[in-house]
Amino acid sequence: MELTGLIGYLIPLLTFAGIYAVLSLGLNVQWGFAGLFNIGIAAFFAVGAYTTTILTTPPSPNYLGGFDLPFPVGLIGAMVASGLLALLIGLVTLNLRADYLAIATIGIGEIVRLILKNEAWLTHGVRGIKGIPKPFDTLSPEVQTLVYLLIVLAIVLIVYLAIERLLRAPWGRVLRAIRENELAASAVGKNVLRFRLEAFILGSMIMGLGGALYAHSFGFISPEAFDPMFATFLVWVMLIAGGSGNNRGAILGALVIWFIWSITGFLANRMPPELMTQAAALRPFLIGLMLQIILLTRPEGMLKEKPPSVTGDEGERRGR
Amino acid sequence: MISVRNLVKTFGGIRAVDGCTLDIAESTITGLIGPNGAGKTTLFDIIAGFMRPDSGRIELAGRDITGMAPHRLFHLGLIRTFQIPHAFSRMTVLESLMVVPSGQSGESMVSAWLRWGKVRREERELRRKAEKAIDFLQLSEVKNELAGNLSGGQKKLLELGRAMMSDSRVILLDEPGAGVNRTLLAKLTDNILRLNKELGYTFCVIEHDMDMIAKLCDPIIVMAQGRVFATGSMDEIRRNEGVIEAYLGGDMVGASGGAHQDSRH
Repeated sequence: MELTGLIGYLIPLLTFAGIYAVLSLGLNVQWGFAGLFNIGIAAFFAVGAYTTTILTTPPSPNYLGGFDLPFPVGLIGAMVASGLLALLIGLVTLNLRADYLAIATIGIGEIVRLILKNEAWLTHGVRGIKGIPKPFDTLSPEVQTLVYLLIVLAIVLIVYLAIERLLRAPWGRVLRAIRENELAASAVGKNVLRFRLEAFILGSMIMGLGGALYAHSFGFISPEAFDPMFATFLVWVMLIAGGSGNNRGAILGALVIWFIWSITGFLANRMPPELMTQAAALRPFLIGLMLQIILLTRPEGMLKEKPPSVTGDEGERRGR
Repeated sequence: MISVRNLVKTFGGIRAVDGCTLDIAESTITGLIGPNGAGKTTLFDIIAGFMRPDSGRIELAGRDITGMAPHRLFHLGLIRTFQIPHAFSRMTVLESLMVVPSGQSGESMVSAWLRWGKVRREERELRRKAEKAIDFLQLSEVKNELAGNLSGGQKKLLELGRAMMSDSRVILLDEPGAGVNRTLLAKLTDNILRLNKELGYTFCVIEHDMDMIAKLCDPIIVMAQGRVFATGSMDEIRRNEGVIEAYLGGDMVGASGGAHQDSRH
């Protein structure tokens, strides 16, 4: 009894940590590799979630669609939609200096949230959309959540491998060069805008994928889910705490921060009612405090960025 | 190779480059000297595409390149180094050089995912090339060190290394010698000469070290107040009284073993 209760708590905990790991990896492509200061993560997260919802739910008079398409189509659609949004934004903003890009992306995050709230024909507005299909829902609910957790973890692994490869490839090297010194990178012939745009789009597509996983896990979405606290700020804390520029750090940061976040939530709910609100308000403070401590004691995060071993080196060693 | 016509660039009220006209002939090592504030680096910035001129025109091998972006100029065979080193701080020395060559197939995401074998083969080739440059620049001991941790002189060498890794035929060197020790400087000078004589590379060098200029450069262009003040061989420049007054102190001429000139006179 105790054990099943624990597992019943652990599965959603890990599922959400996995979803946040996807978001954190997406941010790592943008910030960790390319130095792009995106604080509009919520926008791509939300666009991914809503896209898959519209694509996979059965037809409804309340919002656009649904189109009743299978789960994988939803995931791909979510990535495409977020990627297109990133392309549009990127073409306009990526020539901006880092701090201006940050301001522009904050604005975009808010615009997307307001659209979700107000364009009811598209999104059903503030009432949100429920009944988002969960894959393998013919299974018993317990088994279904476990299967879904495995799907999320598999996707984390795939995303990790895909971008770790890129980081080790010349593609990642050019991005790091641009991050370190844009002028020198362009002096050695690198098309700064092209590489930045690619990183921005790829990172945003991964965030959109995270949004889609979130929608299918929860089964219900509304604009409230995508407020900057959960969808942007927390992801930043995860990446910085874990170690930006390091993909394993991005995953570790998501796990650790999400665990702390959940445990404090759990504790806050166990408080006497008169203290509950105060306790809940203390949670963001604790996360902020932890971020400060990490930045002061270990500014590069739990796992620091290390230059990927040069591929040619590996080849030679293996050749011997 | 490069011709500059009536170039003007102003910053507020200062005319940093003021109607500058000059030519850098193919396969020469052209020296660019002049007092601080003469507009040398600004001229480099404009030629290399880091700044747009207010007016005037620049041609590279007959092609108009005025205002062209640096990465496009790189592909036309022109590269510059920076007076203040621009290092890729959190990349190793080896990586900083391997990033340079163009046409790496691993710079495409699709190739990185699907054609890893090819990318790896290219990487091994690149690594060999980079290590050659590193050996030449005597940076072997720090090749796996982060570029940000190098000394000022070593960063200068890395700048030069980047130029060596490119296939550029025209190289603009902005004070390559500043902060580099004497022994290495002599070696650098020799190798710039070798690249020029044996492989026909064209150089334009800004430098305050008159020994180095005398050894390397012919012709020498003297700039003052944003304009070309005089052009000629080192001997001609030395004999030019105006230049001596405008710029060359007696000690400099003396240092190169030329006619003595004393500022006390």
